[in-house]
Amino acid sequence: MSNAVSALQGAVAPGEVTVREGGLQGMITLRGDLSNAKLKSVCKTVTGATFPKMGEAKMSGDNALAWMSPDEMLILVPHSDVADAIAKIDKALKGQHYLAENLSDARAIIMVEGTFAREVMAKLAPVDLHPDTFKPGDFRRTRLGQVAAAFWMKDDDTFAVICFRSVADYTFRLLAAGAKGGAVRHF
Amino acid sequence: MSTRLANTGRLVNKNKAVSFTFNGKNLSGFDGDTLASALLANDQMLMGRSFKYHRPRGVVASGAEEPNALVNLGTGSDFEPNQRVTTTELYDGLSATSQNHWPSLEFDVGAVNKHLSRFLPAGFYYKMFIHPRPFWKYVYEPIIRQSAGLGKAPKTRDDDAYEHFNINVDVMVVGGGIAGLSAALAAGRTGARVLLVEQTAHWGGRAVVDQPTIDGTPAEDWVNTTLQALEGMGNVTVRNRTQGSGVYDHGYVLAYERITDHAPDVDAPRHRLWRIRAKQIVTATGAIERPLSFAGNDIPGVTLAAAVRDYAVNWGVSMGDRTVVVTNNDDAYRTAITLKKAGLDVPAIIDARDGATGDLIEEARDLGIRIAFGKGIAKVKGNKRVTSVGICAQAGEGAELEEIACDCVAMSGGWSPVVHLWSHCGGKLVWDDAQAMFRPDAERPPLGADGQGFVTTAGIANGHLFTAEGIADGFAAGRAAAKTAGAKGKAGDAPAGSDAAEGAISPVWLMPQGAKQALRSKAWLDFQNDVKVSDVQLAAQEGFESVEHAKRYTTLGMATDQGKLSNINGLAILSKSLNADIPNVGTTTFRPPYTPISMSSIAGPAKGDLFQPVRLTPISDWSNANGADNEPVGQWRRPYAYVRDGETVHDAVNREVKNTRDNLGLLDASTLGKLIVKGADAGKFLDMMYTNMMSNLAVGKCRYGLMCTENGFLSDDGVVARIDDETWLCHTTTGGAERIHAWMEDWLQCEWWDWNVYVANVTEQLAQIAVVGPNARKVLEKLGGMDVSKEALPFMQWRDGKIGDFDARAYRISFSGELSYEIAVPASQGRAFWDALLDAGEEFGVMPYGTECLHVLRAEKGFIMIGDETDGTVIPQDLNLQWALSKKKTDYLGKRAHSRSHMADPNRWKLVGLETLDGSVLPDGAYAIAEGDNANGQRNVQGRVTSTYYSANMDRGIAMGLVHNGPDRMGEVIEFNKVDGGTIKTKIVDQVFYDKDGEKQNV
Repeated sequence: MSNAVSALQGAVAPGEVTVREGGLQGMITLRGDLSNAKLKSVCKTVTGATFPKMGEAKMSGDNALAWMSPDEMLILVPHSDVADAIAKIDKALKGQHYLAENLSDARAIIMVEGTFAREVMAKLAPVDLHPDTFKPGDFRRTRLGQVAAAFWMKDDDTFAVICFRSVADYTFRLLAAGAKGGAVRHF
Repeated sequence: MSTRLANTGRLVNKNKAVSFTFNGKNLSGFDGDTLASALLANDQMLMGRSFKYHRPRGVVASGAEEPNALVNLGTGSDFEPNQRVTTTELYDGLSATSQNHWPSLEFDVGAVNKHLSRFLPAGFYYKMFIHPRPFWKYVYEPIIRQSAGLGKAPKTRDDDAYEHFNINVDVMVVGGGIAGLSAALAAGRTGARVLLVEQTAHWGGRAVVDQPTIDGTPAEDWVNTTLQALEGMGNVTVRNRTQGSGVYDHGYVLAYERITDHAPDVDAPRHRLWRIRAKQIVTATGAIERPLSFAGNDIPGVTLAAAVRDYAVNWGVSMGDRTVVVTNNDDAYRTAITLKKAGLDVPAIIDARDGATGDLIEEARDLGIRIAFGKGIAKVKGNKRVTSVGICAQAGEGAELEEIACDCVAMSGGWSPVVHLWSHCGGKLVWDDAQAMFRPDAERPPLGADGQGFVTTAGIANGHLFTAEGIADGFAAGRAAAKTAGAKGKAGDAPAGSDAAEGAISPVWLMPQGAKQALRSKAWLDFQNDVKVSDVQLAAQEGFESVEHAKRYTTLGMATDQGKLSNINGLAILSKSLNADIPNVGTTTFRPPYTPISMSSIAGPAKGDLFQPVRLTPISDWSNANGADNEPVGQWRRPYAYVRDGETVHDAVNREVKNTRDNLGLLDASTLGKLIVKGADAGKFLDMMYTNMMSNLAVGKCRYGLMCTENGFLSDDGVVARIDDETWLCHTTTGGAERIHAWMEDWLQCEWWDWNVYVANVTEQLAQIAVVGPNARKVLEKLGGMDVSKEALPFMQWRDGKIGDFDARAYRISFSGELSYEIAVPASQGRAFWDALLDAGEEFGVMPYGTECLHVLRAEKGFIMIGDETDGTVIPQDLNLQWALSKKKTDYLGKRAHSRSHMADPNRWKLVGLETLDGSVLPDGAYAIAEGDNANGQRNVQGRVTSTYYSANMDRGIAMGLVHNGPDRMGEVIEFNKVDGGTIKTKIVDQVFYDKDGEKQNV
């Protein structure tokens, strides 16, 4: 869809830690029984990722599955593939109690990349981000400053942050301010 | 005079001069100085004036406990009042001014207060200013405002950056003295994750000044070696210039790091507030020396004995050539010895004890210092600095036996452990009679969620004043804390310290013990708030027996230093006055932070344009670029009106109101809440949430619904659409989106957990645009795609499809009484869709409209608005909405409450329309007056305005309001009050003002 734009249209705040909006990202909220085999199976089918445990995000290329709550999974697929993925889920879970909803545009995804990305996150989130505790593939729903957010580590120097679309601008500037503040040299 | 010494000063680099100004005077210090040591090196003993009597004051301490020497620091955006010179590290270009005097520090008119001090006793304000009442507002309060207050308020915005930092640790150690270092060493060796903080720039605490032996080496060597070892451990973080400020429940600790206060040119945040979650906390916070209470103990030059030593050893500064030491313990002898060895004169050590023996006493005697046992200071003489002391018998009433000329009095009344952090979260204290101090009671620590203590205290802070026990205690505390936190490693051997033998302290709370009134009223307890021994005694005499009452009556301990020097002395005086033991009188409560921390550090990044999040819709950028005059709606900013050149906001609203009725209006309705409710039990669930029936709504259709709280009050409203067999989409008000989502989840998770229902908040997934007015259909047909004709999309139905090339869901609903569609598209396409509508609508007279136009249009049609017609006390029946209360359903939230007698009372005010006879606009919230007055002498009322607007379409004021028996009084004229005192004659009318038959929307 040529009319579609992401919340911040790819804004970038460059620096030793760079904050960059990730553009359009397909996101499906799936609520249901996470122990259900069909549910697990279709999640793997649409993403190629293995099924995560509590506090985890499992990645497969740019696709991912993230554990949101005991009955909620976040499914990341390309923005243009969302309708197909939901159709697959609807088919697989037909007759069961579940809810699959496209929330791609309700949110923004922001990347925080650089040597002290971990410390930028710790400036804003009350999460134990010690390298022994929080590693690539770990996922948290938490808050950043004054807004709700979730994030996961893609690799040692990269965090992916998701927040609501309406506060994407606030969140982006908050992360950029944290990056500009420099390294704490703690972790 | 105070001056720089040639051969001491371990912290200053005498090869690097630093220039600064004090009250505009250019002065010079050294790199490593504090502002206190630099001022003393320049013979600037007088540093400020006291709060109440404007007495001349100099520095009394050398650290965070300093009560006197507060300055205004910096200029412009860097300006900050009440900064302690003792904790301000000197930097090039520092600018400080003294506080609380006029016209100058040297000559202060306010100092006349000190001659009036006899007339300003404890509780003076309470007693004096009660009568006559009007004097308070017009005489006393303005005068007190003039003369009171420390420092000045900053005038410009602080443009520095501040930040927070969140970490979790196993063991947090507060205090970088030898106890803290050995605690961190023990905990670090076990493998625990450790954070050690020290509030000053330097490690080692008192030990590096007094230099006991640790592990066979001088203390400073041990400190350096240990610090190196800690820095080499990957699991240990050490941080200086970082104060453990407060301990809170569940092991939460705030630490205050001052990153650039000493180096303002460094490009970094100024302060960082560490928000630490610690499994175990060790407070190795040391102790504070107590002053002695004798007449004139506040005159510049009277200084704590250990501080005199600190200035000499650390910064190479002497307070004067001749120092009289006055003490009740051996520790102060170190000051005499240090000064004597530095080549200065110590005319006498005045020791209040009848006699004592110990290594330090011997050493002083060997150095030829005169020691006078059983003596005290009758009074200190001098004005802006000490000139001499009068000596008396400690046992007497103060008859002067001898006068000794001196420049400095080094006093020591013993040591009080810094128990603040131990106490913040409920740690209890015991009175240690032998050492004359409160110390932490290890049996009663602050308790965590598991009922176990989560704070340990160590070293001097734990009452271990000597090196050997202090360092061992610190090590043991660190090892135990790490073990409790789950660390498995071995801590190894503890360091061993050794000390000089010391005699016992003899508590001295008043000097001399029988001091007469004239002396007691010059013996200061609280230097910053000017509280004297006589004030506390007066408070006790007047019945303020509780220490908390006495504190507030006298203001003892209520200054910015929170009584760090005064509390123990004050409560000792109080207990003596009450003939009670000190532990029975108890202490006041220790509250965080330990010392004042900057407000900005608490705010962190939440300042300026990050002060709070502002929520933006996909259309917000366009609106802000096109004249939007925004109003806050929750955290959203919604355009109130789109103001064009030459228009007032009022003009713009009127233009939008007329244009939407005549042509075509567009409203950004994206903020409206949208909740997907899905599941086999979703219909049953919605029948409980809404007052009317939702389960029987046909797929493809919409229904307006009301929600009540379980107490029956109207909570939210909106249009519900049935999407498919198991799925509904519920619109909420803008402010209701998150609230109603949480409300639904609450019922689903806590009450009806076995119902198969899922709720998802899709509010921000969709950009929703109201297309309103006679040309609404034309513009949609021009864009093409979906059939939006009356037949294909009747009123109160919805369809999915394409409009233009947009993925759209079109609702045929109207909140304006016009032909109206609300079109939802994915938020990513929202802006493009808005642009397309504006473009296509040009020929149809399209104009965007704001929330005020929305309000006027709905009021013209008599539609209620949640938050205007409702205020949490209004029920649907008040608004004549009985039709929306299902009688078929056995239950819904609020149903039972509606049958309560007060809810069913026929005398409840009910909604009507209101028309002023003169066409004017009623004031918002105006009351309709009734005959007579109520019991409070106020006019009786019979109704109130809930919504009131100027209607451009009707060219008159229109309003709605709740009126007693309103619907039965159509045509009656009642009077509403105005702000200026008059009333407005107003007719009760039907609430629908415009197009009563609804012909305009039904096309």
